[in-house]
Parts: sequence; structure tokens; C-alpha cells
Amino acid sequence: MQISIALIVLVLSLIVFSIFYRGLPSLTWEMVSQTPKGGYYFGKEGGVLNAIIGSLYLAFGATILALVMGLPVAMLMNIHLRKFKKLVNGVRFLLDLLWGVPSIVYGAFGFSVMIFFGVKTSLLAGIITVSLFILPIMIRAIDEVVRNVPVGLLEASMSLGSNKSQTAFMVYVRQCSSAIVTAIMISFGRAIGDAASVLFTTGYTDSIPTSVMQPSATLPLSIFFQLSSPIQEVQNRAYASAAILTIIILIISVLSRVISNKYNKNKIS
Amino acid sequence: MRFLKNEKVLNVFLYLFLGIILAMPVLLIVGLLFKSESVLHANSLSDLLFSTEWKPFQGKFGFYSYIYSSVLVTMLALLISVPICLFAAIYLTQYAKSVYLKVIQPVIDILAGIPSIIFGVWGILVIVPLISHYVAPFFGIETAGYSILAGAVVLSVMIIPFILNILLEIFKSISKELPQASIALGATKWQTIKYVILRKAFPGIVSSVVFGMSRAFGETIAVLMVVGNVAQIPKSIFEPGYPLPALIANNYGEMLSIPNYDSALMFASLILLVIVLLFNLAARMLISRYETKI
Repeated sequence: MQISIALIVLVLSLIVFSIFYRGLPSLTWEMVSQTPKGGYYFGKEGGVLNAIIGSLYLAFGATILALVMGLPVAMLMNIHLRKFKKLVNGVRFLLDLLWGVPSIVYGAFGFSVMIFFGVKTSLLAGIITVSLFILPIMIRAIDEVVRNVPVGLLEASMSLGSNKSQTAFMVYVRQCSSAIVTAIMISFGRAIGDAASVLFTTGYTDSIPTSVMQPSATLPLSIFFQLSSPIQEVQNRAYASAAILTIIILIISVLSRVISNKYNKNKIS
Repeated sequence: MRFLKNEKVLNVFLYLFLGIILAMPVLLIVGLLFKSESVLHANSLSDLLFSTEWKPFQGKFGFYSYIYSSVLVTMLALLISVPICLFAAIYLTQYAKSVYLKVIQPVIDILAGIPSIIFGVWGILVIVPLISHYVAPFFGIETAGYSILAGAVVLSVMIIPFILNILLEIFKSISKELPQASIALGATKWQTIKYVILRKAFPGIVSSVVFGMSRAFGETIAVLMVVGNVAQIPKSIFEPGYPLPALIANNYGEMLSIPNYDSALMFASLILLVIVLLFNLAARMLISRYETKI
């Protein structure tokens, strides 16, 4: 049984180690500061700045959109619809189902909707698709904490004359701030790392997008395309890009821990 | 925050957002069904599901070999990860000091947060050479390493955090009195785990496995990178396969030039969606029945 634990820890360290071992030697400043120049995919000069910026745009956009829709729904479920237990549990059930839907299905669905409206692949389409994909994660992560807030807080706030929305967005949001930050971080990590849903919707380009209607490169797809090249030089760059993505994910993971610990201090229990 | 005072306007938005989310599953199914209608019209459902004939130019779309590959990879992945998760969960909740759990929890969380493309790169770097240089020659087989087995190993690592997290929750939720009573009656620690805890946790264990299954079934990029992508019925686990999600992802560019091709791929997504929804539904049912029992 100790072996199984050791195996899990070993596998994680092996993944991080092997990515860094292959990726870091080819990770130069050029890689993160330049867009691909002509002949980049044949081993000429350039970097993956387009993919890094594209991924950040996409992940920020999708996370903000999911937060704008998700936070009110999580509050609505626990404050406004507090008395309708069955309905709320039904919604939770539905969200859990949606959580399990693979991202490629969202991608295919988004793609067919885009064809239906005659829209080309663009950053906006990618943002909307990814935000639909991370929405259930966001809501359930917030909801799980909001539902455990003591009723006394709601009663106190209401008895002081505030309405339900004020209670939700001025009292509960503060009380659950650490959970909300964690939810944002989890969703952001999901959004930046997902390849299957952006494959159809965001497209790929070598330049940094200047408007949301343009297609955009993303880091996972950039890794994928570079890795399928037969040229060693380009493959090495794919490993370097993978190292960049791993670093971003690890930073998010550490950051969410630090922030949630910090916000936990001003919380009543 | 003045706008919060006017609840009527705000409530419209709140319920609108809720409505969008409630409509999502229906929209997904209806949208995909709508798009796959033309291929369903041209081919019979049994042909689509149980024929291996895949000739897009002649309008023949048999998904059997893809579905078979998907099921094989998923089952193999579960076979590897479920015992590991089970032992790890038992050890962490029954034997180890609570400090261990505090150390392991971040590891699980980080593992759960790693993007699938990174798992794919890792598979190409480590698992594929490992299989082609060491594992396959051990059985006297020659292979390039891009195989069902490679896909299954990568998948099994990816679903470990999901299954383990659920298992930990379930083992933690079992009341302390049950094992205490069992020990008081003279059972050993291992007997208690085997006959009391595992029996009590059984529905939860099944549902965690089903969750892992649905997660594995829909995984795309990581599997696509290591599984070889050859449309065939694999005879052994060292042969390449071609799971459903990989089929959809690989052909997105060319699907508009061939009639009914896009429709067939949307049908593939629909199969994926329906199977995953059914798995999830079954697992939720099991877990909710179990929660009410305790």
C-alpha cells in the first residue's frame, strides 16, 4: 500500500522532471519573446509568444465570462432559492453531469453552432466555448462552500434591512472570497490547458490577435503542432513550450494555495 | 453597489443565467442530433455502430473499430489505476498518520491540474520508448511503442487524481463506530477493512470507478498523441488503435470537403456525449443512494 502512494508521488515528479529535462535546455529568451518568423516550423528563428499571449487572452476571457455567469448562479442557488431544496439539488445534479462532458464534445458543439451562424474561427468563439466548458466547474466549486455558510449570516444581514442580492454580493462574497479565488484558479488552469475544445473554435495563427474576432494560437495546440514535425529542432521547441505551460500551471497551483490561505484569515466560522 | 438595491432587474439576469445553464445539456444533445441527422438518414443506426467499414468517400461510416478502441483503452486504464487508487485510499485513511494526507493532497491536486497535452508529451517522452524498448521486447513483440497500452498508461495516470479524490471522500465519510465495533469483536485490522469498510464503501467505490471511466472515455489530446491512430480492431494491446475522440480531433479540418463527413463526426460526438452522460448518471444515482443510507 505504501508502494501505491510512492508510485503516485513518483509519477508526478517523473512527469515534471521529464518535461523540464527535455524542455529547459531549448528554452531560450527568444522562445518567450518572439512570434514565429518565416520558416519557424522548419527550424528557423522565432518563438511562441503568439501562443502564450493567445492562451492568456483565451483563459482570462473565458474565466471572467464564467465568473460573471457562475457567481450569480451559485449565489442564487443558495440564497434566493434556499427554500426550494429539490430544485437546487436538481441543478447541482445537472451541473455534475455537465462537468463530466468531455471538452471535445463542447468543441464539436461550438463548431457546429459556428457553422450554423457562418462565423469563422476566432478568439471570441474560443472564449465562449471554453467558458461554457469551465462554467460547471466554477459554479460547483463556489457552491460547495457557499452552501456551508451558517444561516445566521443570512439572517443577520436580512434583519439589518439588506435585500437578498445585497446579502449575496456584499456579505456572502466576502465570506467566501477564498473559495471564489480557488474556483477562479481551478477554472483558469482548466481553460489554459485545454486543447480539444479550442482545436475547432479558436483556429491557429502566427500573429498575436489584435481583436476578438481574429483567430488565435494557443499553447497546447502550439505544442501539439510542433511535436508532429519531423525536424528535431522544432520538436525540442515543443518540449520547451510544454515546459512553459507546466511552469504556468505550477505557478497557478502555488498561487491559489497562497491566496486562499491569506483570505481564510478574515472569515467567520 | 447601488444597482443591488433594484432587485427586479437583477433577478432577471440571475434567472436568465440559471436558465442558460439548465438548457445546456438539452442544447448539446439537440444541437448534435440536429447536425448528425443527415448521416443517420443515409445509414442505419446498427450499420453506424457495428460496422467496421469506414469509407467516407462512399458515404460509409462504421464506427465499430473506433468504439472498440475507446472501450479497450478505457478498460485497460481502469485496470491499472483502480487498484492503485484503492490501496492508496485505504492506506491514507486507515493506516497512515494524518500528516501523510496533508502531504499527498497537494500532489493529487497538482496532478489533477496538469493539462492533458502535458500528459501526452510525457507519454511520448517516457511511456512510448519504455514500451518499444523494454516492455514489448520482454514479451517478444516488436512495436514502435505507439499502442493501446501506451494510451492506457497515460490515461490511467490522468484519472488517478479523480478516482482517488472521490475514494478519499468516501472512506473519510464512513463512521468511526463501525470499524471500532468490528475490532472490539476481535477482528484484525485487515479483516475489518476487508469485511466492514470495503463492504460499506462498495457503492461509492463502484461510482468512483464509473466516474473515472467517463473521464477516460472522453479524453482526447493525450490519448491521440500516443495511441497510434490506426483504424483497426487491435489484436493485442501492443497494437495501435484509434479511439473516438481522436477521430473527431484529427479530422476537423477536412470534414467539410466530403459530404456527410461532418455529420458523421458530429454523430461521433453525440455517441461520446450520450455514453458519458449515462455513465455519470449511473454513478450519481449510486452515490446519492449511498449518501442517504448513512
